[in-house]
Amino acid sequence: MAQRVLMKGNEAIAEAAIRAGCRHYFGYPITPQTEIAAYMAKKMPKIGGVFLQAESEIASINMVYGAAATGCRVMTSSSSPGISLKSEGLSYIAGSDIPALVVNVQRGGPGLGGIQPSQSDYFQATKGGGHGDYRMIVLAPASVQEMASLTIKGFNLADKYLMTSMILADGTIGQMMEPISFEEAEVETYEKPWALTGTEGKRKHNIVNSLYLQPDALEKKNFERYERYKIVEENEPMWEEYMMEDAEICVVAFGIASRVAKNAVVAARNEGIKVGLIRPITLWPFPKKALRAAADKCKSFISVELSMGQMIEDIQLATECLRPVTLCNRAGGMIPSPDQVLESIRKAQKGE
Amino acid sequence: MAIVFEKPKALTDAVLHYCPGCPHGIIHRLVAEAIDELGIEGQTIGVAPVGCAVMAYDYFACDMIEAAHGRAPAVATGIKRCRPDNIVFTYQGDGDLASIGMAETVHAAARNENITIIFVNNAIYGMTGGQMAPTSLPGQVTQTSPYGRDVNHCGWPIRVSEMLATLEGPEYIARVAVNNVKNVKQAKKAIKKAFENQIQGKGFSLVEVVSACPTNWGMTPQKALEWVESDMLPYYPIGVYKDRTAAKEAAK
Repeated sequence: MAQRVLMKGNEAIAEAAIRAGCRHYFGYPITPQTEIAAYMAKKMPKIGGVFLQAESEIASINMVYGAAATGCRVMTSSSSPGISLKSEGLSYIAGSDIPALVVNVQRGGPGLGGIQPSQSDYFQATKGGGHGDYRMIVLAPASVQEMASLTIKGFNLADKYLMTSMILADGTIGQMMEPISFEEAEVETYEKPWALTGTEGKRKHNIVNSLYLQPDALEKKNFERYERYKIVEENEPMWEEYMMEDAEICVVAFGIASRVAKNAVVAARNEGIKVGLIRPITLWPFPKKALRAAADKCKSFISVELSMGQMIEDIQLATECLRPVTLCNRAGGMIPSPDQVLESIRKAQKGE
Repeated sequence: MAIVFEKPKALTDAVLHYCPGCPHGIIHRLVAEAIDELGIEGQTIGVAPVGCAVMAYDYFACDMIEAAHGRAPAVATGIKRCRPDNIVFTYQGDGDLASIGMAETVHAAARNENITIIFVNNAIYGMTGGQMAPTSLPGQVTQTSPYGRDVNHCGWPIRVSEMLATLEGPEYIARVAVNNVKNVKQAKKAIKKAFENQIQGKGFSLVEVVSACPTNWGMTPQKALEWVESDMLPYYPIGVYKDRTAAKEAAK
C-alpha cells in the first residue's frame, strides 16, 4: 500500500512540484498561499534548487518566463490580486509557447477583496486574464491529494503542450489537512530543443519570443497554437461523475464547492431525488462532452460556485442551452452550506 | 590582402533596422566585440527589451529571449538562476530600464545578480516616436513635453548610475558615452569589463551608455552627438560610479 502522509494543501503542492523535478520557485508573499513559498524556502536550498522571493508578482512571473525559457521546470504561486499582476507574464509565456506551472489559491475579489476562499477567478483563468488569444490548462483540485497529483500532472501537461498549467485552488483546500500519497502520479520528461542553453557554437541561436510585427506571421503563429489547443481539448478534459447513472438533475461544481455539493447530493438521494454530480477537474479544457451527454438525460442543471456565477456560462454553452441551469452560490469568501445546495436541488426537482 | 576590419562574429548578418545616425549600431558592435574577444558566444544568453532594441534577438548570434517592457532584469535573473554557468546580459533603453522597469533594475542590483546590463540612455522614448523619458533633460522638448520638460510638473530626470551606486549590492556601475572615438573606446572597455565581472562571478555589472536619438531629437546625427557633449554629459557625467573590486584593492 502506498505510504500516506498528513499534509496541508499548499504544502502538498510544493512537495509535489519538487517531486515533479521543479527546482526553481519564484514568488511574492500573499495570503492564503504563503505555505507554498515557506515550504520552498526551506526545501530548495537543501536539494540544490532555487527559492527566490522577487520584488513583486510581476518580477516573479518574469523570472519564471526566463527560467522556463532555459527548459527548467519552474513555478510560481500566488492568490487572486497577485495573479492579476502576473497576467502580463502569463500572456508572454503563452505567446512564446513555453511551459510553466502557476498556482492560484483564490481569495475573494474584486480589488483587494478579502482573504477567504473564493472561485471568482474562473473567468480570469479559463478565458484569458492577460491580453491576446491564448489558453492555459486549468486544473481544479478538490482535495489535498489532488493538490499533489494535479501539480505533477500540470507539469507534465505544460511540457507536453508548451503552455502554462494553472492550479486553480482556493483558500479552503490550500489550508486544509488530509492524508495523501505521492506515489500515484507519474513524472514525464520531454525533450526541449527550443531551450536557451547557449549555442555552444554547435547550432543556430534559439530565440524565445512573442513579437511578430508581420501580421500574417502573427496570425500563422496563433492558428498553429490553436491547432495545439484543439488537441488538448480533445485529449485532456478530466472530470468526475458521481451518482449520474440515473440522475435527472445534474449538479455541477468544482474544487471545494464540489465537496459541499456531494454532501447535498447524498442528502437529496436520501429524500428520493434522482440527482448526480459532475465535477470538472480540468476547467480548461472544460468537460463539454460529459455535460452535453448529461443534457440528454437530465431535466436541469445546478451550478454551485463560490462566485457570482462564472462557470455557469460554460455549462450553458456545453449543454447548448437545452436545459435550464440555475445558480447556487456564495461570494466574497463565503461558502454555501450543504443545506443551501440541497434546497436548490429540491427547487430543481419541483421545476422551480 | 590582410583583413583589417570585420563584422564581429557575435552579430548575425541581419540588417539593423535602426534610423540613420543612431548609435545603437555602435553599441551593438561593442557588445559583440566584447563577446568575441572573451570567446563566450556559445555560452551567452541575451535578453532584448521593449523599445528601439526590441529586435536585438535577431542581431545577436547567441541564444536570445524577448522580455516584456522593463522586465529584462527579472527575465535575466530567471535564466541565470537556472543556468549559472551561462553568461546572461540584458540590453535596455531608458524607458524600459529607468521607468517601467525601475523596480526590476534596483532589485537585481540589490541582489548582486550575476548578470550584465547594457543600459542605453538617449533621454527619449525612440520606438514609440519620441515621448518624454525618465531621463529626458529639464526643458527638453518631446512629443509629450511639447513646451519642454517642466520639472515642477513632471519631476526631474533620474541619474540611474549614481542612484544604483548607493546600493551595497552591485559590483560595477559605470557611465560611458559613444559620441566620439575616445568615448567609444572607453565604452568598449567598460562593456568588456562588465562581462568579465560576470565570468569571474563578481556580480551585477551595469554600463550606462549615453547615446543619441537624432530622429526624435530632431537633429542631424552630427548635431545630436554635439548635444550629447553640450547638454547630456553635464547632467550625466561619464565615470565609474562603483567598482567593488577596485575599491577593495585600493583599500589594501
